[in-house]
Order: sequence, then C-alpha cells, then structure tokens
Amino acid sequence: MTSTTAEMRPPRSEVGVIGWLRKNLFSSPTNALLTVIGIWLIWTVVSNVVDWALLHATWEGEDGKACSREGAGACWPFIQAKFSQFMYGRYPEPQRWRVDLTYVLAVIGLVPLMIPRFPGKLVNTLYMIVIFPIAAFLLLSGGYFGLPYIPTELWGGLLVTLVVASVGIAGAFPLGIMLALGRRSRMPIVRWVSVGFIELVRGVPLITVLFMASVMLPLFLPEGMTIDKLLRALIMVALFAAAYLAEVIRGGLQAIPRGQFEAADALGLTYAQKMGLIVLPQALKLVIPGIVNTFIGLFKDTSLVLIIGIFDLLGIVQLNQTDSKWFSHATAMTGYVFAGLIFWIFCFGMSRYSLFIERRLAASDRR
Amino acid sequence: MTATTNRPAPGPITPPAKPNLLYRPEFRQAVYQVLLVVCLLFAFWTIANNVADNLARQNIASGFGFWNRTSGFDISQSLIPYSNQSTYGQAFWAGLLNTLLVAVIGIVFATVLGFLVGIGRLSSNWLIARICGAYVELLRNVPLLLQLFFWYFAVLKNLPGPRQSIALPFGASLNVRGLYLPAPVPEPGFGAVLTALGIGIVLSIAVAIWARRRQRATGERFPVLWTTLALVLLLPGAVYIALGQPLSFQYPVLRGFNFQGGIAVLPELMALLVGLSTYTASFIAEIVRAGIAGVPRGQREAANALGLSSGLTMRLVILPQALRIIIPPLTSQYLNLTKNSSLAVAIGYPDFVSVFTGTVLNQTGQAVEVILLTMLVFLTISLITSAFMNWFNKHIALVER
Repeated sequence: MTSTTAEMRPPRSEVGVIGWLRKNLFSSPTNALLTVIGIWLIWTVVSNVVDWALLHATWEGEDGKACSREGAGACWPFIQAKFSQFMYGRYPEPQRWRVDLTYVLAVIGLVPLMIPRFPGKLVNTLYMIVIFPIAAFLLLSGGYFGLPYIPTELWGGLLVTLVVASVGIAGAFPLGIMLALGRRSRMPIVRWVSVGFIELVRGVPLITVLFMASVMLPLFLPEGMTIDKLLRALIMVALFAAAYLAEVIRGGLQAIPRGQFEAADALGLTYAQKMGLIVLPQALKLVIPGIVNTFIGLFKDTSLVLIIGIFDLLGIVQLNQTDSKWFSHATAMTGYVFAGLIFWIFCFGMSRYSLFIERRLAASDRR
Repeated sequence: MTATTNRPAPGPITPPAKPNLLYRPEFRQAVYQVLLVVCLLFAFWTIANNVADNLARQNIASGFGFWNRTSGFDISQSLIPYSNQSTYGQAFWAGLLNTLLVAVIGIVFATVLGFLVGIGRLSSNWLIARICGAYVELLRNVPLLLQLFFWYFAVLKNLPGPRQSIALPFGASLNVRGLYLPAPVPEPGFGAVLTALGIGIVLSIAVAIWARRRQRATGERFPVLWTTLALVLLLPGAVYIALGQPLSFQYPVLRGFNFQGGIAVLPELMALLVGLSTYTASFIAEIVRAGIAGVPRGQREAANALGLSSGLTMRLVILPQALRIIIPPLTSQYLNLTKNSSLAVAIGYPDFVSVFTGTVLNQTGQAVEVILLTMLVFLTISLITSAFMNWFNKHIALVER
C-alpha cells in the first residue's frame, strides 16, 4: 500500500524576505544586536558623507571664501579649478594632447592584452614592451619630430603617478626575473648575491631608498654628471619593486613540477631555452595575481615620491592645499577625498582584475 | 608476435672523447661566478672612488666623528632626556625609540582591529560581513600616505583650539594641539597593588600549566579563562580597595593658551597611529579571513558533531589551526607596519627616519654613513621580528605523527 501525503509548503517564517531576514540578520539575540549596531553605523556614516559631499557642499565659487561658511561641506569649486593641474601638473597647456594620446595608446595596447580570449597576444605584447614605451617617451618628453621638449620638472599629477608606477614595474620585471632565477641557481655566489639584494631591499622602507636616490645617487656619479630627478626616482623605484617581484616569481618557479625541468634537460635544451621556453611561461602565468598585487602596492607607494620633491597626484593635491587663494577648512578634506577616489578606482579595478584571473586559473586547474 | 630486433653486435667500448673544457658545467659555473664577482667589485670600486672624490670636493668629513657632536636641534617628543644640547648619537636613540613606540602600539591596535574585522567578514550576519568587507576594500586600496595626510591635515588640524576643546570621558580632552589624557600618579602603597598583580599573573600561569596537565591526564577541563581573569583583575583590585585606592590621577587643565599636566599625545603621533593601524588592520583582516577559510570544513563539522558551541568551536578548533596559516603573513604585515612608520617624516612626527635620515643627514651632510646606519637599523628590526615570529610559529606548528 502506498500513500502519498500532499507536499506541504515550508512555514512562512522560513522563506521569502522574512525567512532571509531571520536567517541572515536575526538568527540569535547577539546577531540581532549586531544588526542593529550595524544599521546605526551605516546610517551614521552614510548620512554624514551625504551631508558633507552633497547637501552642505559648496558647488560654485571663485575662491576659498565661498567654502568658508559655518558648517560647509565639500569645496567642489576647488577641484574644478585645479582639475587640470591634478591631471597634468605643470605640463604646458597646448601640449597636453600628447599626454592624452599616450593614454589612448596605452589603452589600445592594454585592453586586448587583459582580455584572455582576445587573439594575437604575441603581437600585442611586442607592442606593449617595444613600440609603446618608445612612442610614450617620444610623445611625453618631446624634442623630436617638431614636438617641443618638455622637461620632467613640469610633469606632475596623475601623469607622474602613472609614469612612475608603470616604468617602475616594467623596469623591475627583467631584474626581478633574473633575481628569482639567481636565488634558485646552483651557483653559490650568484645565489648569495641575489639573496643579499632581495633581503636588503625588502628589509628597508621605500623612503630610505628614495632618500638614497636624492642624496646618494649624485655622490655615486663622476664629477659633472647629473641625472634627472624623476629618472633617479624611477631607477630606485624599479630596483625596489624588483626585489618584491623576484619573491613573487620565485613562488611561481617553485610551483613548477620538477619533471618539467628534467624534460627540458632531456631534450637537450640550454639553460636559456629551458627557462625561456618551458619554465618561465608556466611560472609567470601562475603568478599573474601576485604580479598585479605587487603593481597595486607599487601604484600606492608612488605617492611617496612627493617626499623627495616630485609632484605626483598626491603631491600636487598637497601643494595646492597651501594655495592661500583657496584657503578654507574644507579644502584639505576635499582634495584628499578626490585624490583618494582616483587612487581607489585604479587599485580596486586592478584587484578585481587579479581576482578574475585567479578564478580563471583555478578553473583551468580543475578541468 | 615474435619479432626480434636486430641489435648490432657489441663491439669494443670506446671511451667518450674528453669533452671540451668549455662544455663542462663546473668550469662554466666557475667562469660565470668569477665574472659576476669581478663586475660587482668593479662597480663598488668605481662608486667608492666617485663618492670619495665628491665628498672631498664638497669638504664633507667621513667617519662617525659626528656621533658625539652637539646636535643643536629640538625633538618634539622623546622618551629619553633630550635637548638641543644633546649629541647626534642621542638624537639617533630618541628617534629610534619613537619609531619603536609607534610600531609597538600600532601593531597592538592593528592586530585587534584586524582580527575583529577578519572574523566579522566571515560572520553569519549578512550586514556585519558586508560592513567588514567594505572596510577592507576601502582602506587597502588607498595609499597610506594619503590616509595619513587625511587624518593629520584634514581631521586633526581642523579640530577646535585648546579653549574649545572637545571633552572626552575620564577627563581627557582633544584639541588641535593633541590629545590630553589624565596621568596616573602612584601614591605610597601602590607598590603592593603591583605586587598583587605580579602574583596574580604568576598564579594564573601556574593554574594554566596545571589545568593543561590535568586535561592531558584525565580529559577534564578547567575554567582557565575565568580563574585567570579573577587572579589578574580581582586580586590587585581587592588590594587596591583594601589599601584605600593608592592611585590618583593628574587631570589636564586649561591654563592660559594650553593644557598643563596629564599625558599629552602629539597630533602627529595620533594621526600616525590611527592611519597605520587602520590601514594595516585591513590587510590583517584579509589574512585572518584567508586563514580561517583555510581550515578544512570537516574540522568545523566534527566540532559541531561533538556538540561544541560556536564560541568553543572557534576557540578550540578553528583558531588554533588557522593561526598556523595566519602567522607567516602576519609577520610580514608587522614588518610592513614598522617600515611604514617611516612615513612619519611627511607629517612631522619625530620618528627615526625623520630625525636621523632627515635632520641629522641635512645638518652633517654625511649621506653615506647616515644611510648605511638607517639600513642597518631597519635590517636589525626586521631580523629580530622575523626571528621571534619564526620561534612562535615553530612553537604552535602542527606536530605530526
């Protein structure tokens, strides 16, 4: 004898909005208390931010007086007036199209490179590591093809932030790979030199390294020879990033099974062929997320160059706070929030991209 | 199938021709290494020559003779007696102690906040998990230097002046000159309270050891947490009250244009501590989350099956295993915090880099010595920290069969 009972609907308190609330927000007295505290926290933060950024903000004005009323929020005209400075520094206005064109060239190269499905990765990579740097240098610095020369003292703002970060990581790449290989080398002296460099650089703060760039590098050079201040900072940032990159790449090298090395040896490949054709392509692919994270760290650290007198985005914002024309209590906060927002968009975007690659790699491993 | 392969008849074995010297790995490796050493030595020699030339031309002395000369500058906060009559050597120590002060307090704050946020991110409460996630994503994607500027120039420098100070609980007050806390003043008999505290700590350690042995032997658990709390808090508390509260507080009071008395915390120090610890906490939170997520799910299920409450599951099963994953990256975050404390130079807190690598270098011009000493100090700090954390890591490492 078989009997079926009618399928019963779950109790109303277990499904739908109420069920979700009960399960996720009010499952126990402690949780209910936490939820209430959380709602209060969100309300406080959001209402204050909206008050400051929208309701009590100053939208129009010619100088700091407009933002100086009692209880005034954000001073948006300050950003409006200084926007082009924040983006380009003191780069001469009629020449700013050159910076924009460089950005366009970078985007043309980067976007297809970042989409895994896009074909032609080899051509694309060659464009990014050979053609683009030369084009960018010629465009930004000028002095050729009728483009007036723009000394680096005039560069500033977001332009310098992007230049320092990307040149830093690009310069760090070859050195980082060499250091990582050196650290795993069978030759003791090569290994010691690599370990010594990596640990020395990772042990000291970037500021010390930048101080070195500004006070010690000039001492290292023979009499009469000077290097551009920005270039000095770039060299030091690249050396600094190389040490961190080397450790990331070493992690990738360690993850390659020994069989791959042995197979390459069995085929009679030379060391350069073995590393360049077999090991590094696999190892680098594994550590793309780590490389992106290093780049995010470097991107944030570029703001330190303001300490040795190079005006990156934060440096220019900081410089403009002292502009007496725009003096008000809201100016500093507005400037930092604006700069913070730009940094945040870049870093958050990159970290999401790294997460996406990580998931993709994990998926291809599962098969 | 019966197919036999025809092998050539074994002939007399000819020894392989001796390989050319160039093709021998040992020889090549030796050549490469000698080349490397020669290149490095040449580079160092050139640099040393150039430095010597440049220094001689600029009339800058070399060596550490400056160590005992009078510095002539003031330091706004010092843990050791220091005035502008002190030597550069004393400035070195004053700066170093200020850095260590920031590092230690910052590490404590960052660890507590980081663990709270990290555990909160895995909370079953949807709202709390989202808030903690937003905290992490917001703070770790903005440069630390910008955050320090924000706290210092935008928040603390916009506070009201001493006359309109913001009054805080317990007689503390906050204004643009800094945070003023009441200073504890021990009176006769306070030594007894400290002794009681010492006895309490020793006793609670003894109880913990005894309880662990008993649990190993019989499996019975002992409420160690409560006895420890009682011994450490109640025992000194009872002595304190019995002796008639031998501790008074010196409250900061407004005199003229500023506060007098109490403990004054510089706004630079506050900005640095708040910035460093909230920023580092966002990284620690991620480490903690990854560590807890790294404990196999079966462990939690087994604990549930044994009937442990969720608090006990966390404390006895999950955290001890998660800590093994957490400790190594946590160490590097502690080192990062210590290194990042050098950003103090940008907001004018007299830390080691600001005092020594900044002011002393500018005054003496002896870049080589000062930078070398700076590197040496940071390397020493990082070596000591990692040695300690390695020891701790080994102490809690999984003992496998």
